[in-house]
Amino acid sequence: MLEWRQKHAFFGILLYIFTTVFVINLMMMKPEDKIWNALFWIIQLFVCVNAVAKSFMQENRGRLLYYYSVVHPRHFILAKLIYNLILMLLMSVISLICCMMFLGNPITNPLYFIGVVMLGGVSLSLVFTMLAAIAAQASQNAALMAIMGFPLIMPVLMLLSSISRSAFEPVLQPGLPGMFMLLGGLDVLVIALALILFPYLWKD
Amino acid sequence: MDVSLTNSIRFACTLKSPKFFAVTFKTCRFAPTFSIGIMAKHWWKILSVIIILYTIIIGLSVKIPIIANNEQTSRNLFYHVPMWIAMYTQFTISVVASVMYLASNDLKKDIWASSAGSIGVFFGLLGFATGSLWATYTWGGTLTDDPKQISTALAILIYLAYLVLRLSFNDLDKRARVSAIFNIFAFALLIPLTYIIPRMVDSLHPGSTSSPGFSKNDTDGTMMRVFYPAMIGWALFSVWLYSLRVRYKKIALKKIIHA
Repeated sequence: MLEWRQKHAFFGILLYIFTTVFVINLMMMKPEDKIWNALFWIIQLFVCVNAVAKSFMQENRGRLLYYYSVVHPRHFILAKLIYNLILMLLMSVISLICCMMFLGNPITNPLYFIGVVMLGGVSLSLVFTMLAAIAAQASQNAALMAIMGFPLIMPVLMLLSSISRSAFEPVLQPGLPGMFMLLGGLDVLVIALALILFPYLWKD
Repeated sequence: MDVSLTNSIRFACTLKSPKFFAVTFKTCRFAPTFSIGIMAKHWWKILSVIIILYTIIIGLSVKIPIIANNEQTSRNLFYHVPMWIAMYTQFTISVVASVMYLASNDLKKDIWASSAGSIGVFFGLLGFATGSLWATYTWGGTLTDDPKQISTALAILIYLAYLVLRLSFNDLDKRARVSAIFNIFAFALLIPLTYIIPRMVDSLHPGSTSSPGFSKNDTDGTMMRVFYPAMIGWALFSVWLYSLRVRYKKIALKKIIHA
């Protein structure tokens, strides 16, 4: 995909991450483990809303029509999913580095936490890509994204924050493999639904 | 056979009082048609009302086994769980109708989906209300951080988002298509939210790992005899409400198309 054109959007999100983390740093210098975890996932959520949601809004009608005539809708949504996934992974790494720099580093198990962050980035980007595709069809799509997206993404965030707790302190969590399976299952489900349903969304 | 029966009854009535102006469905569209034949067609509606009345009266008066420290509050089983059954019935109707809409592009299917969605949300809210009322007296808080309560609240929120999404379109066909897609998404998340996650984590809810449910203690089957009819009764009642809503929406759609 030719989305590198929108460089300003990319650097805009970078700046967004930076300022958010800096504001948190000014307000509370070094937060505790639990608060650090919560803040990190909230930053991730809003970065995702900003980065991924724009992927359909910034296309104008003419270009969408062009894509429609050139590629099959299933290939189009697949390309969008992959692009947003890579973008979100990159953003996750950047926001993780920012958080570590400004808010201190309470993580005791870094490799595990990076893995969780990657998984979280994947899940967030997949769900929001599909939602952005739906919201792009409606008229006032910015507000709709929040209304539709937050209840849908909340279970994912709940799972993520409880999984990532193991990275901060050695706690015993019995259902850990099950939670990973559930997150992976949700991702597969979203991809499958997107591939099946997107051609219907693109009919006009 | 039904038709001939009703006709003969009506004929007999008119013979007895020839001067009386009979208000039947032939003379007036809104006439009450309490004939046996028509009643027989709607037997399931009558059945649902009878079952619900039975479960309310018997549910309050039957002697129930005492389960752990729930004491008499276990009776909420008869009123709380059937709401979820009704909600699931409606959401299943809704998602099936949505798939049928995407396959056929028939606006009637969209009406089915949206009506079932709104009735399902109604029963979901009732189920949540009865559950949190119960929680107020047994868990000590109306809104607790119990995983079951949170995940059902989220599921209801998702479906409320579905209803809001429907409001934000002007074009009928577009609204039908986009909301059908979102509806399938919502149903795909409803199942893990209300069925898989609550079974993975520990909950205070009766029937979970740490607190006993009714099935082990109900050795006489007294609770079962009220509980299972209650589920069927409320599910039937929800289907009745759904059919009313479909009829209303169909008339509204007809007005929009003709105007």
